Amino acid sequence: MVRLITHNLLACHAKNCTQTKGFPLAFNDVRVETKEAEFNADFLKSFYERKIDWDALVGAAKQLGDTSLPLERPEMVDDDFLQLLHHVLLEIHVEEGEMICPNCKHVYKIRDGIPNMLLAEHEIG
Amino acid sequence: MIPTPDTSHLTNADFEHVYEPAEDTFILLDALEADAERLRALTPRIAMEIGSGSGCVSAFLGAVLGSTTCLYLSTDINPHAALCTLKTGGQNKVPLEPVVTSLIGPFAKRLHRAVDVLIFNPPYVPTEDEEMTDAQAGRAIEGSWAGGKQGMLVTERVLCGLDEILSEKGLFYLVAVKDNDVPSIRRRMDEEYGFESDIVLQRRAGREHLFVIRFSRKASPS
Ligand SMILES: C[S@@+](CC[C@H](N)C(=O)[O-])C[C@H]1O[C@@H](n2cnc3c(N)ncnc32)[C@H](O)[C@@H]1O
Ligand SMILES: [Zn+2]
Repeated sequence: MVRLITHNLLACHAKNCTQTKGFPLAFNDVRVETKEAEFNADFLKSFYERKIDWDALVGAAKQLGDTSLPLERPEMVDDDFLQLLHHVLLEIHVEEGEMICPNCKHVYKIRDGIPNMLLAEHEIG
Repeated sequence: MIPTPDTSHLTNADFEHVYEPAEDTFILLDALEADAERLRALTPRIAMEIGSGSGCVSAFLGAVLGSTTCLYLSTDINPHAALCTLKTGGQNKVPLEPVVTSLIGPFAKRLHRAVDVLIFNPPYVPTEDEEMTDAQAGRAIEGSWAGGKQGMLVTERVLCGLDEILSEKGLFYLVAVKDNDVPSIRRRMDEEYGFESDIVLQRRAGREHLFVIRFSRKASPS
């Protein structure tokens, strides 16, 4: 399951990207499925405050065809906003496709909902 | 009693390629259950299992903490294992997010000191170093046990990086065997890296003497 919550935590780790951000990875050629998930306001709130890179999330959602999020990171976290966040972070699944590093252009494949991020010996930093 | 996760969807054909839950898996489940209160009190938001294999341990952690309270990330070098982990998540209604990679690979940058619960049941069997290197490169079932010198070569890489991964209040659960020299692991983590540890459980199973060690950061003197 590559959901946007996980995508938001993945960065390129190939040799040429050890000193750069290599983030966010760009989606390409994806097949997406939407699956309902159970809502948990406390989890979303603390994850949002602690860990989410907002620009990366907005950009990635847009690549998957979802433009529901505001461009500016909201300060006010109300229930409507949490519902939006819930859907974008947890209910959109990338089943097939690839993620491309913005820096070195390394391509990471996603198959059966699982990203393969293994590097060959000569690609390890 | 928290029930052992359902793995009836996995077949013998799966277990030709993926580590089948065994005594080391079960002592880890028992340790997590014994620590359930401590784990819940932490309200972890990010859990990560390195080497998730069948996914049994991550699914169990999900049963301890609840399926919506925490993000369950996992890695494995064996693509077949990642697939089994994903299915085991589905079977047990815990959303597991397996990634095929070595150790914490592509999560390292974004999860700097952010993992609240880290779990590793590593390849801990002492082998020739070359056997370990081949097994790591092979990304197949041999990578489940071959641990090189003292069975510690893969574990050692996680211990060295622990300070970069674990959040301030984070807990790290590690499976080890007697050959790994548990007292020396604990002493080194204390003296060199500032982690205190406890043995949550230990037991003898056949030829192996198994341990589950829990590491956490030492409270800084104020
Ligand atoms: C002893 S098995 C444990 C499997 C499962 N966690 C359990 O307890 O039943 C070790 C697992 O670690 C994986 N592994 C070995 N080396 C690894 C590495 N460098 N990075 C990630 N996973 C690794 C193996 O493929 C295997 O699935
Ligand atoms: Zn890169």
